[in-house]
Amino acid sequence: MSPAILLLLALGLGLAGWLAARARAWSFRRAKPGIKLAALPSYHAWYVALWIAVPVLLFVSLWTVISPGLITQSVLADAAASNLPSFGFQRQMILNEARNVATGAAPAVFNPDAAALVDPYRAAIARYQWIGLAVTLAIAFMTGVWAFLRLKPDFTARTRVERAVMGILLAASLIAILTTLGIVVSLVVETIRFFGMVSPLDFLFGTHWGPDPMANPEVPDGSRYGAIPLFWGTIFIGAIIAMIVAIPLGLMSAIYLTQYATPRLRAWLKPALEILAGVPTVVYGYFAALTVAPAIRDLGFSLGMSNPSSESALAAGLVMGVMIIPFVSSMADDSIAAVPQAMRDGSLAMGATTNETIRRVLVPAALPGIVAGVMLAISRAIGETMIVVMAASTAANLSANPLEAMTTVTVQIVAMLTGEGSFDHPATLSAFALGFVLFLVTLGLNFIALRVVKRYREAYD
Amino acid sequence: MVTVVHPNLEDTDAKMQARDVSVYYGDKKAIDEVSIDIPTKYVTAFIGPSGCGKSTFLRTLNRMNDTIPSARVEGLIELDGADIYRSGMDVVQLRARVGMVFQKPNPFPKSIYENIAYGPRIHGLAEGKDELDAIVEKSLQRAGLWQEVKDRLQDSGTALSGGQQQRLCIARAIAVDPEVILMDEPCSALDPIATAKIEELIDELNGSYAIVIVTHSMQQAARVSQRTAFFHLGKMVEYGRTSDIFTTPLEKRTQDYITGRYG
Repeated sequence: MSPAILLLLALGLGLAGWLAARARAWSFRRAKPGIKLAALPSYHAWYVALWIAVPVLLFVSLWTVISPGLITQSVLADAAASNLPSFGFQRQMILNEARNVATGAAPAVFNPDAAALVDPYRAAIARYQWIGLAVTLAIAFMTGVWAFLRLKPDFTARTRVERAVMGILLAASLIAILTTLGIVVSLVVETIRFFGMVSPLDFLFGTHWGPDPMANPEVPDGSRYGAIPLFWGTIFIGAIIAMIVAIPLGLMSAIYLTQYATPRLRAWLKPALEILAGVPTVVYGYFAALTVAPAIRDLGFSLGMSNPSSESALAAGLVMGVMIIPFVSSMADDSIAAVPQAMRDGSLAMGATTNETIRRVLVPAALPGIVAGVMLAISRAIGETMIVVMAASTAANLSANPLEAMTTVTVQIVAMLTGEGSFDHPATLSAFALGFVLFLVTLGLNFIALRVVKRYREAYD
Repeated sequence: MVTVVHPNLEDTDAKMQARDVSVYYGDKKAIDEVSIDIPTKYVTAFIGPSGCGKSTFLRTLNRMNDTIPSARVEGLIELDGADIYRSGMDVVQLRARVGMVFQKPNPFPKSIYENIAYGPRIHGLAEGKDELDAIVEKSLQRAGLWQEVKDRLQDSGTALSGGQQQRLCIARAIAVDPEVILMDEPCSALDPIATAKIEELIDELNGSYAIVIVTHSMQQAARVSQRTAFFHLGKMVEYGRTSDIFTTPLEKRTQDYITGRYG
């Protein structure tokens, strides 16, 4: 019996409890007309339904995790398992094959050793299915009856349901946090494995990047894992070229929208600008690779370059900058609009022009919010993958010439993970180390941005 | 309906003259044909119940209503005999000549020094640092704030108390050496002690600048002004010497208001 059926069962039992509890609450009222219930009948209903559904859901999720182990244990205890190879790859293969046949995922046995285990597997699976079902029903019945018996006219079901709702919401937010933690842990574990093969000093300070996924993993060559060109490419494309485009354009459009545009124009322009943020990055990638990069190469020819690269840092950076404009402009827009009208009036009443007011009063007052927006935009830009994968190259160049091909951390992560190297090869593992560095940098930028925004809020509220 | 003007209002030279001024917000008429002379050497108070249009009228005098897109002004307003709503009028210059202090103190989130230096800088009133320092000191002294802040000119203006902030805003207005200072309920956000200081300051500035003050407090109008205009429902009901308005109002509505029967 699959978890999905157990889940449906939980919901069905919950519904039954809901209906029964509501009927019971109504019966209180019918038994003594005029009696005042401490909570509406529907709250009594939800109280019982939650007491059935939540324990069952917890059990089902636990059962899904532990039952395969229990099944394997019981198969191994069978006499037919005694002549299995005692450990290792082969033993695992045989067990997997037997299980696949038993569950119907594979059509027939191939390995004769596995054939003997199919039946024990079938039996074990069936047995544990029944155990799971029985325990589910028992839990639902026990908790349901217990909750049902607590119902009384003066039972405070309403506050209890309120508390349960809070608990459910808390659990929802914990899942997001725990997932983040899980991501970090898996990243750190693989990163440590990588640094066990390649020295962190070679990685962080080396200037040559050229991992060879086919090289012997036993003797990794630290000099091929210098990530400086990647860091430089990332900063050059994401934090320099893209920001040279995004900061002025974003800021100026925010100023125009908040200070000069009429309300009707603003109602059109602002959503139009925000559409930019909704364009999938892969579409920007096409644009960068098919339109902007060739144009820049032609520009390179016309400037007299003998062989300009068709994949340039400039193309990726320009398009990325355009992509980032809405981030900068919407944060700048919000923070300029949050500067009190009194500041603006005060400056205008001094005889300042609108432009002077913006430059000398509004932008300085909104600066923390603008800076925070820029930092969020940078962290978004350096984490961006699709545009650079399509428009930048995979050649790691340490150069300040924007017309040259460059690569970024994210591009190399993709290249390393989709490359031919086996999973425990240092070339593949280097992707995790790169991801970890990227994670730390964006985390730092976001952290600083949030701190800046917080201080800014204190100034005006 | 015509404004009642007290007969014994002796002719003084008028700094600003308004003739049949009406202000509309969209289709709504907020000010209805107000005519008044703002004297050069006196403090003029606008009193009246909330929503009577006194602040709106005040803001037409330095065209701050221009910042509200739906506002429209009809009639004639002159500063030294020149129409301030004529085409080609430099609003920026007008506001340098007709300064304004707002209801809520609104220092810029800059240092005390920079708050005062703001106006002189944008209007190019100071040749160098020394001259600017002198303007800052003089303005703060005139606003009675110098002794309190002279050792912390680089502190943020927003860190001052409410009353100090309002005096900072007055100093900021004085720094560009205006001819008229408009004050829109400058004490309504202040405690009685800070209010007393501002009133004292208005007394001291009286004579050097034409001052127009909008106030909800009739005691304040009686204390600081020599001319009083009573506004009601967008119209100017009565105008005269402050002493006359408060002792012998000619209109019943004025009398009802100053005796506290409504408002």
